[in-house]
Amino acid sequence: MRKKQKIVAALMLLVALHLAILLAGFIAPYNPATQNRDFPFVPPTRFHFADARGHFHLRPFIYQWTVRPEGFNEYEEARGREYPVQFFVRGPEYTIAGLVRSDVHLFGVEGPARIFLAGSDGFGRDQFSRIMYGGQISLAAGLLATGISLFLGLLVGCISGFYGSWIDESAMRLVELFLVLPWLYLLLAVRSFLPLHISPTQTFFLLVAVIGTIGWARPARLVRGIVLSAKGRKYVTASRGFGATDSYILRRHVLPHTYGVLLTQAALLVPQYIVAEVTLSFLGLGVSEPVSSWGNLLANLQQYNVLASYWWMFAPALALVIISLGYLKVANAIHERLQSDSI
Amino acid sequence: MHRWGCFATLLLACGHACFASSAPQPPQHGEDLLVTDNQIGRYGGTLVLAQRSEPKTLNPVTAADAPSREVIGRLTADLIHINRWTQNTEPALAKAWSVSNDGRVFTVKLRHGLRFSDGQPFDADDVVFSFQVYLDENVHSPQRDLLVVGGKPIKVQKIDQYSVRFTLAQPYAAAERIFDSLAMMPRHLLERPYKAGQFAQALTLNTPPAEIAGMGPFRVKQYIPGQRIVLERNPFYWKADRSKNRLPYLDELVFLFVGNEDAQAIRFQAGETDIISRLSAENYALLSKDVATRGTDFFDLGPSLEYDFLVFNLNDLRSKNLDSIAAKQAWFQAVKFRQAVSSAIDRDSIVKLVYTGHGAALWGNVSPSNKLWTDQMLPHTPYSLDRARELLKSEGFSWRSDGQLIDRQGVAVEFSVITSTSNAQRMKMATLIQDDLGKLGMNVHVVPLEFRALLDRVFQTYDYEASIMALGGGDADPNPEMNVWLSNGGTHLWRLGEARPATDWEALIDQLMQKQMVQLKYKERKHLYDQAQEIIAANVPFVFLATPNILVGARKNLGNFKPAILDPNTLWNVEQLYFIPGNGARPGEKP
Repeated sequence: MRKKQKIVAALMLLVALHLAILLAGFIAPYNPATQNRDFPFVPPTRFHFADARGHFHLRPFIYQWTVRPEGFNEYEEARGREYPVQFFVRGPEYTIAGLVRSDVHLFGVEGPARIFLAGSDGFGRDQFSRIMYGGQISLAAGLLATGISLFLGLLVGCISGFYGSWIDESAMRLVELFLVLPWLYLLLAVRSFLPLHISPTQTFFLLVAVIGTIGWARPARLVRGIVLSAKGRKYVTASRGFGATDSYILRRHVLPHTYGVLLTQAALLVPQYIVAEVTLSFLGLGVSEPVSSWGNLLANLQQYNVLASYWWMFAPALALVIISLGYLKVANAIHERLQSDSI
Repeated sequence: MHRWGCFATLLLACGHACFASSAPQPPQHGEDLLVTDNQIGRYGGTLVLAQRSEPKTLNPVTAADAPSREVIGRLTADLIHINRWTQNTEPALAKAWSVSNDGRVFTVKLRHGLRFSDGQPFDADDVVFSFQVYLDENVHSPQRDLLVVGGKPIKVQKIDQYSVRFTLAQPYAAAERIFDSLAMMPRHLLERPYKAGQFAQALTLNTPPAEIAGMGPFRVKQYIPGQRIVLERNPFYWKADRSKNRLPYLDELVFLFVGNEDAQAIRFQAGETDIISRLSAENYALLSKDVATRGTDFFDLGPSLEYDFLVFNLNDLRSKNLDSIAAKQAWFQAVKFRQAVSSAIDRDSIVKLVYTGHGAALWGNVSPSNKLWTDQMLPHTPYSLDRARELLKSEGFSWRSDGQLIDRQGVAVEFSVITSTSNAQRMKMATLIQDDLGKLGMNVHVVPLEFRALLDRVFQTYDYEASIMALGGGDADPNPEMNVWLSNGGTHLWRLGEARPATDWEALIDQLMQKQMVQLKYKERKHLYDQAQEIIAANVPFVFLATPNILVGARKNLGNFKPAILDPNTLWNVEQLYFIPGNGARPGEKP
């Protein structure tokens, strides 16, 4: 029972994270591209309950950061005025999933103060908002690319396993070829062939297509194995005897066996592909400025001074780790479930 | 007995090593040494510094990349040298020179009794040979252009063993400055490969050290590909301090190849290198925080002579099959469009965010630190979106309801800016400019490219719309910059390969520049150059952005360290550098 609770917790966490990232516009207090040039590399805002006079406030409040006179990029709190954290405040306009337009944000503070939950980057852009919006790119890339891989894998695996003979032979040799390819270098090579003068949206879809089409080999091989074992079962022979067509047999008797494997594969591939997107963007081959993704957020850390001076720039890595662990937990659970089912 | 044998072997080994390891030779009779007025140092020590990349060649005539030139500069010497500190010319291998009244004939007297780093004598034949090579079109020297004055190459004649005459086709302003950094090469080693047409292959990194000789303070000792190049003292160097100690003081000079600027900073922080030049502002801020603990000093020398700029592609694309770019050139060609872009860029935030305040905003090509040549009257267009909008409106641009800028035909203004991925500062500038121009309703894409790919697009294929680049920094004098400003120049970036000036203002710049090049009087020359600067600023072929300060660091115990604005900022007086004993020794081990 405890195990089940853990799985449920992992699933809940994943759902919550995905929902939060889908609602990035609502949860993020600012537009991710808005630069506050007076506040580069501001550390995360601190929340206070007790003010300078020692009075306790039920509603948390913040102080605005000001630049310390002697140092560049060094800040201190301006204790002169408290800015209470407000909920459901009006701010920059956004759309959710391209459908709902709104300008209400979950939280915020009155201007001119700004709330930097995860600090700001070198242009004074709110890092938390960038992580939320960047998550949309990274997660969507992971999910869509997984979809492409599984679809291709299912298609090739089914045809190959079901029809056998030379189709199977050639498809499996192709699979082997794709399995031995070093995917990172392949991604780099493929990406570098593509045009550079393209908009961030186009880059995004190219990225998804590239990642998705490279990873179909493993699911294809797994699906083929299942199709092979399923098509040899007696009820398939029986149904063939009753005159069932190939497509009927595939749909009714063979495909349902593959769902478990596909689900496990999906749970494994999504984090892998998120990391693939992050890798490409980290290397400067993903979506370009000012659009954020977890990869190009982390790319800031390539600069030694950022790595050494501004710890909050690691925040996107935390998001990445949590999401990946969640998916792996779920993948593990599905796998165990399948194992126990088959016994 | 056995022990004595060992000792003898040791002595022999030492004797051999001392001979090979270039102990400074005592001054010879009749040797015309140049006496420097630096603080008297102590012999010994190895100075280590890191380069971003490996030098490509040791050939002074064909080298074009900065790492090669940095190493070659320590191996070679010139006749007349620009003192990096005073920015004036001073005698080097030439003891003295005289100029004819018409400013066309230079007679140069060489120092007597000097020797190359392999011990062979240096005289007028070597000078004549060196210039023959530099001027040979088949050798393709990047410096050749400077030696062609008034369309004709400089004529070089030997008068006697120690004097040479240079004849120019027309008077040339600051003519003695062109001798700077022209390496005098050993005829006895290089004449044969040159005659065989193999000069370009004669001095590579793989050439055995014994076959390389120069007049510089150091000579090659060892090269390990991918790791480092080790230089040792030239025992015959032609400079000495006031106590007749032959320079250089240092035994060895080591250049490590570390890959990038961050790696340079890390190596310096770890104490593995002694000097760091051209620190980025961020790393300067980071490293100078722990000055106290590490025994290092950091220097902000003020704005460099370099200028960062945004350039629009105005090249003639008719033969290039680049229709989509050609269509956008209608915007770029409008002066008001470029002026609007210039007004909309917030230079102060570039200085603040990119250079963390260690830089200066620019509106022209001459840095404020170039006191002799900067035009004090040059207008500084203030950052003003309103002015930018007005300029665009008067040029027929308008705005859609969503704020997008459109031209007369209703086409949305959208273009890409290419920058080099290897330069984090320019990438940052691109993001700031993207945001600034976004406020004008321009849709700007930033495209980071590998540096070579970027150069290829800008110089060869013209397949780009706009680019952020940097130029300058060589010399304070305007003349080396002429290949940028003359319409037929090889670095006339915005419109390359022009047979004649495409616009009136470019023709005017050509005229002014040609005039100042032959004007010998500083005041008149300055007046002409000021006019040219004003025309450049008004027509905005480059949108000038900013210039970084020169930031350097060095061990506290490095004597005679005097960093300068001019390149090479820290090594220009390397022969005078020495380690002050017992004072803040380096914490790390030497590699």
